[in-house]
Amino acid sequence: MREDITVTFTLNGAQVSIETSPGRRVLDLLREDLGLPAAKEGCGSGECGACAILVDGVARLSCLMLAAQLEGREVVTAEGLGTCENPHPIQAAFAASGAVQCGYCTPGMTVAASELLARNPSPDRCEVREAVSGNLCRCTGYVKIVDAVMDAAEAMRGGDS
Amino acid sequence: MTLAPSSIPHRDSLSKAVGAERFSTDFSPPGCLWAGARRAGEPHARIKAVHTAEARAVEGVTAVLTGADVPGSNLQGIIHKDQPVLATDTVRHAGDAVALVVAESREALARALSRIRIELEPLPGVFDPELALKPGAPLVHPGREGGNLLSRGLVEKGDAPGAFAGCDVVVEGRYETPMQEHAFLEPPNGTARTTPGGGVEMVVSTQAPFRDRFEIGHALGLDPMRIRVRAPYLGGGFGGKDGATVQCLLALAALHCGGRWVKMCWSREETFLAGYKRHAARMRVRLGAARDGELKALDCSMHFDSGPYAHLTVEIMALALEHAGGPYSIPHTRIEGFCAYTNNPVGGAFRGFGVVQASFAIERSMDALAARLGMDPGELRLKNALRMGDANCAGVAVESPSGVTQCLEAVMAHPAWAERAAWKAGAPAFKHRGVGIAASLNAMGYGRGLPDSAAAKLELTRAGTFRIFNSVPDMGQGNAAAFVRMAATALNQDPAVFELVQPDTRLCLPAGSSSASRTTYTYGNALLKACEAMHAKLKARAALFLLADEPDRLRLAPGAVVDEATGRSVPLSMIGAMLSRDDRICVDQFAMPVVENPPDTGKEFRLGFPHRYFSHGACVCAVEADELTGQVELKSCVTAVECGRVFDALGVERQIQGAAAQGAGFALLENLAVDGGRILAGGLDTYLIPTSLDLPGLECLAVDGDEPTGPHGLKGMGEVGVHGPAPAVAQALQDAVGLAVRRVPVEPEDVLRALRGEKA
Ligand code: FES
Ligand code: FES
Repeated sequence: MREDITVTFTLNGAQVSIETSPGRRVLDLLREDLGLPAAKEGCGSGECGACAILVDGVARLSCLMLAAQLEGREVVTAEGLGTCENPHPIQAAFAASGAVQCGYCTPGMTVAASELLARNPSPDRCEVREAVSGNLCRCTGYVKIVDAVMDAAEAMRGGDS
Repeated sequence: MTLAPSSIPHRDSLSKAVGAERFSTDFSPPGCLWAGARRAGEPHARIKAVHTAEARAVEGVTAVLTGADVPGSNLQGIIHKDQPVLATDTVRHAGDAVALVVAESREALARALSRIRIELEPLPGVFDPELALKPGAPLVHPGREGGNLLSRGLVEKGDAPGAFAGCDVVVEGRYETPMQEHAFLEPPNGTARTTPGGGVEMVVSTQAPFRDRFEIGHALGLDPMRIRVRAPYLGGGFGGKDGATVQCLLALAALHCGGRWVKMCWSREETFLAGYKRHAARMRVRLGAARDGELKALDCSMHFDSGPYAHLTVEIMALALEHAGGPYSIPHTRIEGFCAYTNNPVGGAFRGFGVVQASFAIERSMDALAARLGMDPGELRLKNALRMGDANCAGVAVESPSGVTQCLEAVMAHPAWAERAAWKAGAPAFKHRGVGIAASLNAMGYGRGLPDSAAAKLELTRAGTFRIFNSVPDMGQGNAAAFVRMAATALNQDPAVFELVQPDTRLCLPAGSSSASRTTYTYGNALLKACEAMHAKLKARAALFLLADEPDRLRLAPGAVVDEATGRSVPLSMIGAMLSRDDRICVDQFAMPVVENPPDTGKEFRLGFPHRYFSHGACVCAVEADELTGQVELKSCVTAVECGRVFDALGVERQIQGAAAQGAGFALLENLAVDGGRILAGGLDTYLIPTSLDLPGLECLAVDGDEPTGPHGLKGMGEVGVHGPAPAVAQALQDAVGLAVRRVPVEPEDVLRALRGEKA
């Protein structure tokens, strides 16, 4: 067995240092060791997107990342986007537009959407579809999800256009 | 940057969106052990030995169990108990569990599982539901009376064989639908431990917590009343979590953990291998009509592939036979069904429960008939649509208002259908366009033979707010939120003052499963009755404070009971604080009414036949086929549904879009191919479900009906939207490229063959 390593990174705005085995999946590190279960496991092999997190602002699949890869990075999970009391506009829009059914895909979806809106504040519906196409949803047929991202984009632009 | 909600958002939506809602998979008590099953990998074999010594020697392994360690009957199954928890002497499909391991960590678990050696002597298998019934076919359960024939059913009305002679046109066809994977995103999982009193406590992703107790109790010889099952929100189910997935294995593991929590979570591959599938079906249909298109006779036979265990196959076949005539009035019918044991994966409940298969066959037959008669396929359907008072194909008169006509009219008025000629004419180069239409109906509830009931409990808290003890799991369909809205409306309170306790067999009262489009209707009715009792109680108790000798003149206002005559009021918090716990609780129950005079047919079905209430739907799909690649793109999909009164428009739209998406996947993408009992597409990389790029807008038109017996006039609608896309896409492809679609999913090769003028 290999020695444990210490990984230091920023997690939802706070500095974290944790001892772990270098081969630990980031998904397990977050869910089990750090108590942040928003990122979900749907496939464990990079197909479903339910485990998506932001690493240095880019949506990444935490089931395919190893703990050591987080060293010095900035990580944001759905918990870091917002809370029930103070949701991120994307989270608020998902809740308001009926984009959440079982909700298992939702944290990953909102993470993918937040990456899109950070880089393109005025996407069209095609761009939204493209951006979330790596995230499977079995419940919604995606219509309300696209609606939600469009609404959120508008809200984040301050309601213009 | 705040958003005004378009309607009241479902209360769990926000907690799920921010990642705060806890699914059963998020329940990981400290020091939790891990359990996992070793699967056979062979579709049919005799078990000669299971070698566990090496697995036991792995560091961190606390138990390795085989069939000999299972107490009780070792048999699970909802109605027909024939599926072992751990196979002892025979393996009947590749996903059979042969050994169970408990370990301190997932790493140790994985290591131990890989070190179990199973000595198997392969047996000849049977993989085709029709061949399984032939003499000499290998037997899945040797010594069983009936051989591989699990069940045969017959539904008859009038004299179909005789009536064909009087038909001007008769069409005949054979149709085939494949197994379909639920692909819910949250894999089957749960956590369990034994309790000091000798019971078992479990948190699990399940559609039927109250029934699970009995299934676990029977399989493991435990007292069901000492099993406590809690069901948080599910990450999808669609029928795939109706019946034991992890439950019995998990309870067995818990019995060997000395009170520690143990968790089991299937991987995606294990879910493909061992989970239930929509049944593959073969169907032969003869449909006869007069020259003017009036339907006269239907003769239909269906074969369902049960896999090695009965699970819900007999009940699913019963529903298929009951829906084989579609939403049409056909005076003479003969509908026969067979379900056969095979060594394929296990068939089970999946949204649409047998109706998806039947619907494909009858709708394709209607298209064939329309073509033969030179009639518009929409008009043919309208002409024969079931109306109030007509008898359906099983001979049950349509009692409640039937919305199939309105649904058809709604989609036919939509531009996707009404303006299809112009749209098709605008096809780009190398593309062929076509448009198809389909109609459907779906029974609501369990049907005759078992009580379709629910008991609701409602508590006024000491603080004057309310607590609803929900008994039916919410797998994403939104029933939990609907219950809050119903109660809030009934008691004239702000929805925010309602807390919702998720299903817990200790705290909540018994109810049936979250399935069969029954949830909101059955539990909703029970809850409304409990609300009525609460309403009367609040007024009676308030009358004491208000010195009102006629409690009936009092009125419930948000947070208070008001006496308009005097202008005085008493806050609910004051009433709550004054009452004892017993007095703060109201309980009531409801059972769905059944057909009073069942027709003299379908005698084989003791459970679930026939049904009294149906929801209706119609669907138009437009497709574009690429003549170079054969790729088919779904360009629009419009579904109209009639599910009683529309109580929550957004809720209806969400359900219908989700159902249409699964139907679209069934039509064009999803093929759980199995070869010799082995699944070929066993993960989300090879088994493709629609992504955001595969689906068009999925429009929903809700036709407002009114079901007099329903809570707020509504009916269930979780399933009816799934039926339309497969037949509508099929007809659209016939329209586009002349492909006579007889099976789904349609593959690009089929399209190319049709374009080359070859027969399908
Ligand atoms: S769990 Fe990571 S992509 Fe599915
Ligand atoms: S809401 Fe259930 S998977 Fe997306």
